[in-house]
Amino acid sequence: MSEIEVKHLTKTFEQKGIVVEALKDINLNIEAGDIYGIIGMSGAGKSTLVRCLNYLEKPTDGQVIIAGQDLGALSEKELRKQRSDIAMIFQHFNLLMQKNVLDNVCFPLLIQKVNKKEAKERARELLQIVGLSEKEKAYPAQLSGGQKQRVAIARALASNPKILLCDEATSALDPQTTASILDLLKQINKDLGITIVIITHQMAVIREICNRVAIIEHGVLVENGLVEDIFNHPKSQAARELILRDLPELGENVNTPELPERIQTDRKLRIVFSENSAFEPVIANMILKFNTPVNILRADTKNVGGYAKGEMILGLPDDRHLQVDIETYLKEKGLEIEEVTGDV
Amino acid sequence: MFDSTIINMLLEGIRDTLYMTLASTLLGYLFGLPMGILLTVTDRDGIKPNAPVYKALDVVINMVRSVPFLILLILLIPFTRFLVGKSYGSTATIVPLVVAAAPYIARMVESSLKEVDPGVIEAARSMGASNFDIIFKVMLVEARTSLIIGATISIGTILGYSAMAGTVGGGGLGDIAVRYGYHRWQTDIMLVTVALLIILFQIFQTIGMKIASNLDKRK
Repeated sequence: MSEIEVKHLTKTFEQKGIVVEALKDINLNIEAGDIYGIIGMSGAGKSTLVRCLNYLEKPTDGQVIIAGQDLGALSEKELRKQRSDIAMIFQHFNLLMQKNVLDNVCFPLLIQKVNKKEAKERARELLQIVGLSEKEKAYPAQLSGGQKQRVAIARALASNPKILLCDEATSALDPQTTASILDLLKQINKDLGITIVIITHQMAVIREICNRVAIIEHGVLVENGLVEDIFNHPKSQAARELILRDLPELGENVNTPELPERIQTDRKLRIVFSENSAFEPVIANMILKFNTPVNILRADTKNVGGYAKGEMILGLPDDRHLQVDIETYLKEKGLEIEEVTGDV
Repeated sequence: MFDSTIINMLLEGIRDTLYMTLASTLLGYLFGLPMGILLTVTDRDGIKPNAPVYKALDVVINMVRSVPFLILLILLIPFTRFLVGKSYGSTATIVPLVVAAAPYIARMVESSLKEVDPGVIEAARSMGASNFDIIFKVMLVEARTSLIIGATISIGTILGYSAMAGTVGGGGLGDIAVRYGYHRWQTDIMLVTVALLIILFQIFQTIGMKIASNLDKRK
């Protein structure tokens, strides 16, 4: 039985008489212990999807089944109880600004009528886990973005949830802070066995931490599977675009206006390194062998799920024969290659 | 400058004004606070939208607020007489003051509560908070600075209204100002009462803002 099962989920909104279909017939299975990424451009419907997973948004049609329990069949009261198993963190942290760090972490426990003393003990344990023990008396306004998200994570863990939903949890953070928050999430997943669902528009986040991923475009789930598979062999246009938009640096936006123009003059290849070839100097050897420069338009290698993974986009020389030779050479070296066209 | 009867009268005036202002504010909040909460909760983007309830409250509040206080005072005389037994004096004045203050306070509360970040409310819901929890443990707590500033503004307005009630025998400093300053042309007494009203207003304002800023942890 999957931890989270989404069946034929549809969500429509009505705004001023116009019906907007935010999600169309979504089917997903998320297993216990997964770190499951849901990625899409802004407006794709991913935030709506994650809010359907804890019924903050009620689906128009379809089912959300958490550990065998159909959320749609629960009363309002039962649903509130169920929500203590499904914690959530947010892009803008959403801490109580008038309460100090300790009281923020205690908050969900007090809602669940845990007595104050126990709640405080538990909150201190959690602040230890997220590395903020010395800040328990501070107020959110005195903390940095990363620290606020750590408090939010501690608060989310307070009720011993089985699932943690992260809605663009690192989108407001700088690259270093993003990396440290992702490390913390990884650690929580490993040590506490909590299933994590991550909503993001950054492929880098998915590659850094997720084992599975679903790609949402215009409310439709276009592709899902293992991160490795999708990253190496993206089938959908949406997946390809998301991979190409992704920069080596976490959290940066790629859309510099001059970039497409420069690339368009060249024939471009996207090369995917597998675990065996990531640390071989393939490109350097190729340049030596053909005695011709290639233009490295983008390059990135990463640790994905314990394997060295990477990609590069090369602008090839104009000579057609040379292009064929280079492609053949790269294939011989066991690299995945595909031509990249037009609108990168 | 003044003999002891006049000084005593002024002291009683201060006492009556404080009595009317504070009692009316308190009672005003007794009715206005729940009304403000109800407005926020039942509004379209509230935590439990309910158009009929919102609309009904909205209309009643606007109706009462659009009547000038002086007219309200006169309109309510039969009601006041029914409740208090007479229509003059400071206790009687509390009745129209509360009727005028409650809708004003409701609007103040509504605008304070609407400042609460919807994200924080969503976070609370995601933790399994009930609407009751959200109102009392999130909205009222997060909005407390703004609520206290609202109360400070309200108390100032009610102080002004209480002085206005003096024109129809409401008691307090306003009453003295009208009787001596207007009817008897004793400008000196009128100026003193005005000065006293200004001082009272300043005290309320200073204390209110001080409390609000001490409670604000957002900085």
